Amino acid sequence: MHSSNTKLIRFNKIPKTAFLLSLALLTLLLTACYPDHNQSTFDPQGPVALKQLEVFWWILIGGFIVFVLVEAALIYAIFKFRVKNESDIPVQTQGNHKLEIIWTAIPAVLLIILMVPTIQTLFYMYEAPKTTKPEHTLEAIGHQWWFEFRYPDPTNSEKEIVTANEVYIPVGYPVAINLESVDVIHSFWVPKLAGKTDMVPSEGNFMWFQADEPGEYYGQCAEYCGTSHANMKFKVIAVPEPDFKSWLQAQSNPALESSDPLVQEGAGVFKSAGCTGCHSIKTVVNKGSKGRVGPNLAHVGSRRDLAAGMLRNSDENGSVNDALLQKNLRTWLENPAEVKPGNLMSSGAQVYTNPDKKLTEEQISQLVHYLSSLK
Amino acid sequence: MSTFPISIPRPVHPTGIWNWITTIDHKRIGILYGVTAFIMFLSGGIEATLMRLQLAGPELDIVSAAVYNQLFTMHGTTMIFLAVMPLSAAFFNFVIPLQIGARDVAFPRLNAFSYWTFLGGALMLKLSWIGGATDAGWFGYAPLTSVAQNPGTGIDFWIISLQVLGIASLAASFNFIVTIINMRAPGMTMMRLPLFTWMSFLTAILLVLAFPVITVALIELTFDRYFMFNFFNVANGGSVVLWQHLFWVFGHPEVYILILPAMGIVSEVLPVFSKKPLFGYKTVVLAGAIIAFMGWMVWSHHMFTVGLGAVANAVFTVTTMLIAVPTGIKVFNWIGTIWGGSIRFNTPMLFSLGFIAMFLLGGISGVMHAVSAHDAQQQDTYFVPAHIHYVLFGGAIMAILSGIFYWFPKYSGKMYSERQGKISFWLIMLGQNVTFFPMHFVGLDGMPRRIYTYVEGMGWEFWNGVSTGGVFILIIGFLLVVVNIGRHWKNGEPAPADPWDARTLEWSIPSPPPEYNFEKIPIVRSLDDWWETKQGLDYKEVPASGGSGNEGHEIHLPQPSYWPIVAAFGLFIAAYGVVFNDLLIPWALAAVGLTIGFIGVYSWSLEPVNDPEEDSTN
Repeated sequence: MHSSNTKLIRFNKIPKTAFLLSLALLTLLLTACYPDHNQSTFDPQGPVALKQLEVFWWILIGGFIVFVLVEAALIYAIFKFRVKNESDIPVQTQGNHKLEIIWTAIPAVLLIILMVPTIQTLFYMYEAPKTTKPEHTLEAIGHQWWFEFRYPDPTNSEKEIVTANEVYIPVGYPVAINLESVDVIHSFWVPKLAGKTDMVPSEGNFMWFQADEPGEYYGQCAEYCGTSHANMKFKVIAVPEPDFKSWLQAQSNPALESSDPLVQEGAGVFKSAGCTGCHSIKTVVNKGSKGRVGPNLAHVGSRRDLAAGMLRNSDENGSVNDALLQKNLRTWLENPAEVKPGNLMSSGAQVYTNPDKKLTEEQISQLVHYLSSLK
Repeated sequence: MSTFPISIPRPVHPTGIWNWITTIDHKRIGILYGVTAFIMFLSGGIEATLMRLQLAGPELDIVSAAVYNQLFTMHGTTMIFLAVMPLSAAFFNFVIPLQIGARDVAFPRLNAFSYWTFLGGALMLKLSWIGGATDAGWFGYAPLTSVAQNPGTGIDFWIISLQVLGIASLAASFNFIVTIINMRAPGMTMMRLPLFTWMSFLTAILLVLAFPVITVALIELTFDRYFMFNFFNVANGGSVVLWQHLFWVFGHPEVYILILPAMGIVSEVLPVFSKKPLFGYKTVVLAGAIIAFMGWMVWSHHMFTVGLGAVANAVFTVTTMLIAVPTGIKVFNWIGTIWGGSIRFNTPMLFSLGFIAMFLLGGISGVMHAVSAHDAQQQDTYFVPAHIHYVLFGGAIMAILSGIFYWFPKYSGKMYSERQGKISFWLIMLGQNVTFFPMHFVGLDGMPRRIYTYVEGMGWEFWNGVSTGGVFILIIGFLLVVVNIGRHWKNGEPAPADPWDARTLEWSIPSPPPEYNFEKIPIVRSLDDWWETKQGLDYKEVPASGGSGNEGHEIHLPQPSYWPIVAAFGLFIAAYGVVFNDLLIPWALAAVGLTIGFIGVYSWSLEPVNDPEEDSTN
């Protein structure tokens, strides 16, 4: 009687502590992944990310239960079967076929159940809804270390509209994205909208997502792609469809010219210093044409960030703050390697490699004014 | 031996350093492997510590982007190829012949060669820090490894040293396969093999089959880099995805190469300290074999985001989830082993129990990756390092620590401090959870892995800080292990032959074992033969009979040899030369190295036995 009594007490005590411990763990887990964080996978803002999170809940809860049960059994055994008498020799059990079959079958069945929603979601991810409009099909091209985006030109099917590091999409519509890379493997990832898909050189990839709410969504390259892998980010900006159309219209036109003499001098420096060798200020290009080495700068002054998400140009509400923008442009132009180690401009542009051609303070000011005028 | 041109007699009873250089004793080679690999493990730990310091807070500047990228590449390569694999090899060497009742391995000189070759490969990789180590990741994804992307010699060091390490691994694996098949004592049938020997056998088979795949991939990469071939050059029609397939066809079996020996160690320790046989021996062996087989069918789960398509991803989802079943069986059988036992909590047992607790977590997060639809969110985030460290640190390293303490009396002949051992267990247990558990959080919070810095405001600061803090607990824990092992190896209490009341043959002989291991070759009559012998259930003593019919003769052991280290040294020189492929001198170096290697192998094969009596009979 005595021994069964202690057994009972222990048995009651352990699951209770295990239960409390697991509750604490689960709470920690949920609060640790604060959903309001910019790249949290627990805050889906579109159907793809939502479906993905739904299958994750299955395994998270299932895995959690398995974890608690098995660890509880382990801890129970550790406490229950402590050595009591050094000379005791326990029963030399060789095994138990019935038990072993049970603990083979149960996990197998659980895993097969888990396969169903997983594979359903896989097929859902891989095919864009039939309602996807052709004008909502865009291209994303990975470069070391920035993203190029191309939209079909609504006025001319032979042309594309080029932009960089900032991608506007219409709210509530599925958006199809063709992925490519010009150099190494990158990965396109906007955690709140969809899981990542790699951008593989010469092997086109595809993904789709949809934003259900207007807003700004953080994206980041997820595949290690060289020195500044950490510095390769972008933003997805979801706006109502009419706004999307007018934004695209504005993108296809060049920036308004300014009569400010400083700006005009800057435009001269932009040409004479060799910037145009890699950067274009023309947005409409032939479909499928090879992109330039550097990001398109036609509307660089209207972008919320500079240098692929490295320097923030805008206020809280997303509107560009000119003072910030100019400060950032200056920081970047003075020493781009400081912002983005290993970038091609620092190692390839003569104004950075040849001390004789180094940009003067005055030239930098002129460039800053010129570039910030490109709205 | 009149045909032998350079007639150098084999060393007879060398002493001091020569004793170690010329040794072909599997026990000494095991110790050499263990000590070298442990030093490599510490060097990989230093690399990890620097990374964690850099990530302790946002936008820190402890190391540059370029150095950080080299650190994580070298950390991964070091821990896998220079630490966990050779630490397992250390146990293979020391333990397997003792467990199967043999006097040495099948090819003792090949065994020495494999160690010295490993040492050469390891030094080569580590020396590449001078002048810039590789920074393309331990997985070396094309085209980051191309000359255009990576013109320095770092990648070449990585390629060539991996090839050298491959030679060492293959030599060792063939040796162990032959040893386990041919050198078992009479009565030691395959289904009486101790579990550790079984898992080592499976590991050796996996190695022999997996290493050629990476060898081919590395040769292709070498040709791309040295001779402008286009295997991985997309501009000329090559494919970068080809590299990924080749790498992971090797890389996934490699995961089981790392974990199966660990499972073997745990399967030895749990029964001994529970005083019960392993629960379901046959099932555990079979589960190991199934894991080794299925390990070949899951490689593309490393490539769920590469764009192989829904069908391919679905297939690899199914296979990957199913491989969790045999792994689960093992965990349940381990719990079944301690259930109803009489558990003693010595340090090795603590580490083995810790292994189960931690490996389970790694297994569950592994199934989370297998949920490939959500893996698109997890892939290349910190969630993956969290998983891999629960499997390889909480799993492999915990089991290896268990083995280090379990067999300590046997290889050192001394007892370690149980008190220090237990403290180090709790420190390491705590440290690893503080370090690696938060990585789950930041991973799901969208922090990509392999980033050298991150900005404030993403919500990653706190848990990264915690993670870095955990490293210091780990450092104290490992320092204590080093002190405990180091001091007691020298000054510990002498160990009895069988301090744990264990079950397998290595505990039937003195600690440390004599050079010839078994005075008389035991005849094995059951699983856990030594335990049964002690219980007096079947018989009282090991019958006195030499298995090979050499009764009345002196025990004959092969003598030490100079040539394995010479051959390995030649390979090292040659490999070093090949790395610098653009000058004449390096090619000359390669030629010199190959010549030395050739002399080594030639003299080795014609080496006199140096035993007049034996000589006359041949």
